[in-house]
Amino acid sequence: MTATAPRGTGAVVPGSGNGMPPPRRAAITARTLRADRWWLQPLVTVGVLVLFIAYSTFRAFQNAHYYAEPYISPFYSPCITTRCEGDSFPEFVTGPAWISPAIYILVLPLGIRLTCYYYRKAYYRSFWLAPPACAVAEPHRRYTGETRLPLLGQNVHRYFLYAALVFNVILFYEAIRGFRDESGEWGHMGLGTLVLLVNAVLLFLYSVSCHSCRHIVGGRLNHFSRHPLRYRAWTLVSRLNARHMQYAWASLFTVAFADFYVFLLATDTISDLRFF
Amino acid sequence: MSYDARFRVWRGDASGGDLQDFTVAVHEGEVVLDVVHRLQATQAGDLAVRWNCKAGKCGSCSAEINGRPRLMCMTRMSTFGEDETVTVTPLRGFPVIRDLVTDVSFNYDKAAQVPAFTPRPRDPDGNHRMQQVDVERSQEFRKCIECWLCQDTCHVIRDHEENKAAFAGPRFLIRLAELDMHPLDVVDRRDAAQDSFGLGYCNITKCCSEVCPEGIHLTDNGIIPLKERVVDRRFDPLTWLGSRIGRRRGDPGQGPSPK
Amino acid sequence: MELERHEYDVVVVGAGGAGLRAAIAAHEQGARTAVVCKSLLGKAHTVMAEGGIAAAMANLYPEDNWRVHFRDTMRGGKMLNHWRMAQLHAQEAPDRVRELEDWGALFDRTPDGLISQRDFGGHRYARLAHVGDRTGLELIRTLQQRTVALGIDVFMECTITRLLTDDEGVTGAFGYWRESGRFVAWQAPSVVLATGGIGKSYKVTSNSWEYTGDGHSLALQAGATLVNMEFVQFHPTGMVWPPSVRGILVTESVRGDGGVLRNSAGNRFMFDYIPDFFRKETAETEDEADRWYEDKKNNRRPPELLPRDEVARAINSEVKAGRGSPHGGVFLDIASRRSPEYIRKRLPSMYHQFKELAEVDITADPMEVGPTCHYVMGGVEVDPDTEASRVPGLFAAGEVAGGMHGSNRLGGNSLSDLLVFGRRAGLAAAEHAVKRSGAVALAEADLVEAARAALAPFEREGGENPYTVQHDLQQTMHDLVGIIRTAPEMEQALARIAELQERVATLSVEGHRQYNPGWHLALDLPHMLLVSECIARAALAREESRGGHTRDDFPATDAGWARTNLICSRAPDGSVALARQPLPEMPAELAEIFEETA
Repeated sequence: MTATAPRGTGAVVPGSGNGMPPPRRAAITARTLRADRWWLQPLVTVGVLVLFIAYSTFRAFQNAHYYAEPYISPFYSPCITTRCEGDSFPEFVTGPAWISPAIYILVLPLGIRLTCYYYRKAYYRSFWLAPPACAVAEPHRRYTGETRLPLLGQNVHRYFLYAALVFNVILFYEAIRGFRDESGEWGHMGLGTLVLLVNAVLLFLYSVSCHSCRHIVGGRLNHFSRHPLRYRAWTLVSRLNARHMQYAWASLFTVAFADFYVFLLATDTISDLRFF
Repeated sequence: MSYDARFRVWRGDASGGDLQDFTVAVHEGEVVLDVVHRLQATQAGDLAVRWNCKAGKCGSCSAEINGRPRLMCMTRMSTFGEDETVTVTPLRGFPVIRDLVTDVSFNYDKAAQVPAFTPRPRDPDGNHRMQQVDVERSQEFRKCIECWLCQDTCHVIRDHEENKAAFAGPRFLIRLAELDMHPLDVVDRRDAAQDSFGLGYCNITKCCSEVCPEGIHLTDNGIIPLKERVVDRRFDPLTWLGSRIGRRRGDPGQGPSPK
Repeated sequence: MELERHEYDVVVVGAGGAGLRAAIAAHEQGARTAVVCKSLLGKAHTVMAEGGIAAAMANLYPEDNWRVHFRDTMRGGKMLNHWRMAQLHAQEAPDRVRELEDWGALFDRTPDGLISQRDFGGHRYARLAHVGDRTGLELIRTLQQRTVALGIDVFMECTITRLLTDDEGVTGAFGYWRESGRFVAWQAPSVVLATGGIGKSYKVTSNSWEYTGDGHSLALQAGATLVNMEFVQFHPTGMVWPPSVRGILVTESVRGDGGVLRNSAGNRFMFDYIPDFFRKETAETEDEADRWYEDKKNNRRPPELLPRDEVARAINSEVKAGRGSPHGGVFLDIASRRSPEYIRKRLPSMYHQFKELAEVDITADPMEVGPTCHYVMGGVEVDPDTEASRVPGLFAAGEVAGGMHGSNRLGGNSLSDLLVFGRRAGLAAAEHAVKRSGAVALAEADLVEAARAALAPFEREGGENPYTVQHDLQQTMHDLVGIIRTAPEMEQALARIAELQERVATLSVEGHRQYNPGWHLALDLPHMLLVSECIARAALAREESRGGHTRDDFPATDAGWARTNLICSRAPDGSVALARQPLPEMPAELAEIFEETA
């Protein structure tokens, strides 16, 4: 996530950076006349995201407790180290052992969330306060939006989508491998399998419900009637897209929870609940 | 059924003004505009307010009620407690003319800059043929009643007067989206959207969608798709390449060639 | 005197559908054109039109053509329409609709990709090109965007208080900026009036504050004549509850799409009110009426879709007989007849309107509706082909013009009227300007007098509040010159209007000239009173019932009145003069149409 914006630079009225209403606007000095609790939502967003960032950073650098037969934490899949039994990549691919493989892996999911049209709204509002809420003045002197670097880079969102789809496949693969038992025999299912599966599904829904996906499958067309299949795909993605925000939050929780569950297993804090 | 409500109404003009307190009768089923009219008829005959249809169809009576951009004719008094003070101010994103009336000429200047609709020729029998599914997206944006609440609430210009030259506001970004998705139109406005109308200034914080009295999904259905169309054109080498190769059979909306 | 001056070939007063269409036509003829409007561009009352634009395009019914549309229009107007206007209207409407598509309009489509058309009261075939239930918005936006694209000058929030003339005809117009109160004068050989109607003189109306009848009044004062002023259309379905929204329109499409009217006993009472004139083409049983929605060829129309005057009178009678809804209307029920999805898809604005303003979910509960003053059939008497009034250089189109709709207008015919006659007025105005160019000048004395009259309310002190006078006028017209009229009531109305005219002459206004609604209303009131007087005088004189004019004391139509128009003019002493004038004779080849299908 981006750095927190400078807060508390003082109440600024609409239309200027210097505390005075711009010429000819109604002379109202209050930053907002909203009487409701408009600050609640950005506050909650900041709280949740900070917790997630703190947790995921800790886990990413921990470089341990991410594998508990047969489950692997989504932060560390695909397994590119020798620490997962049966999976190993030559060391020259993974680099020096003291660098956590999660660092390579998490860059891409971080990328899609950072450039996601929903999360942009969430963090521009809550962290950058541009604006903190509708009709509440923002504290910045200047504003150029996404017209120049680095924010111009938000336009690469679709490439992160492509990458995320590759990860979605890997996570399904890993979740399905959760149907093996400790010895690698198929025909097993535990709570961990379910956790990984739900996480894989929600992350997949988050990816395909994204605005770039909606554009690519059909949104860019001007004559749907000439492309009936793509129109149907667009209709479907549009329906999912309406719930993009819900998928964004739900998958954020499940990915952290899946990792935490594996952590608990790997540290032998609990043992997996086995269904069959 | 009736009660006396406390109102604070901003009165003044470009040279200054302040919130004035009124106590005014409110009857069952009334909206804020009814109360403002009662103020006019009984206590402040020269209270300036712009209104027309009083049915949420013309978009004239835009103001800010308790700090939120709203249509006065569509804000029911029953949404406030009887002991609640209702504060009504003019739109804060535009210059004030007098009392609740603002100078919205910014919007008309921007409207004049939008490259005009340019249709393909009619079919030989004199008709234009379009399928319902092809017109529906643009129809959503044509529901716009031009109340300018989105323009007022958009922080890009509300909080930064200096951006008004470079940024056209949500209303005109969805107008560009409407034309870009219009099945008959042959002009490509994607470069103009980015360079002349300031699409890049939008950081999709969605206040325009929140205040729209017509429930138009400005951001999800208009501005973001337009941003994606600009990406096709400007920032995505693959699409650019694809459009070069597949130009013959490509959809009119796809390539950088004229649609 | 501080005065802003402009010079144009054509000045169009009003920026609704007719005004903008006239401006586009005049501009395309090469005339220097200005549009002057009281509101912001795009806010005109045309946005309130919901149902659609009537045009015999035959996209759904190949049997439809202009002759059928012409016949429907004349019959709807009880044969009092100017035949030539009805003919031009029916012939040209399809082209005017197609043209809107070239300017960016997006109508709903048929499966073939053509413009979809919907059923409406009084139209034999599904004929209304539409966009959901916001067709007026689509029309105004399309014309507005075309106007802007052509670079036509628009003077927004500017009110005309006087037309300026010399012995040869129009020389220009005088008005003020609402924002600053400063005066403006336009020098122009041609002025097109497109100011809309008069509904603001009534208490329960679907019209906005702009509908003060100022165009009617300006024309009358400039020496033009008004025709058919006694015919005021009460739309059968306006909202009745809550009081603050009383009168707001509930579109006829609700009935076109399957909605029915019921009284408090739950009966579809319209079956009891089918007049002989329409009996042949109206269903007799509920079964037949319901089948019609699916199979229009083999069934007759439901009586809910009779012309508006019939339905409004029927509702009025039911309420008077004590069979009304709790708030003094009747029930309009579509919830029990169509699925919620269908209702939301076809009638999105109505769904929204009731949800927001009355807290009624129309997909679950019936609406309460009652008649509301909606449209004035009467207006400036014009030449059908050019829309020229009796004053050279003065043209009128749209609701402010008279003759086209006879004694009652069919739904959907107003939007097509705006387009057809707006264009014709613009063309003729441009042509007239070429003939008179360079010959007009504004007389200084007239400008000084106009300014003095406009400022008079500020000069007086301690006078009455204009809002009270307006309220009293609305109550008078509502009570005494409403849907059902009698001679004694109208005589009383005329006496009260005379009193109100005296009160207006002495009222005073507080504050200053900058955006002062009290002052604006003070200047509108004389227009409202003059037009109300015309309506009451004409209504008193017409001793029969026909279309939008129902006399309790003369309940039948009269063969003599069927051939007579009433013409209002300004007498030399300033009073309203009324004259009878024979109806123009319809040529035989058109008269045949009524024999063919009657």
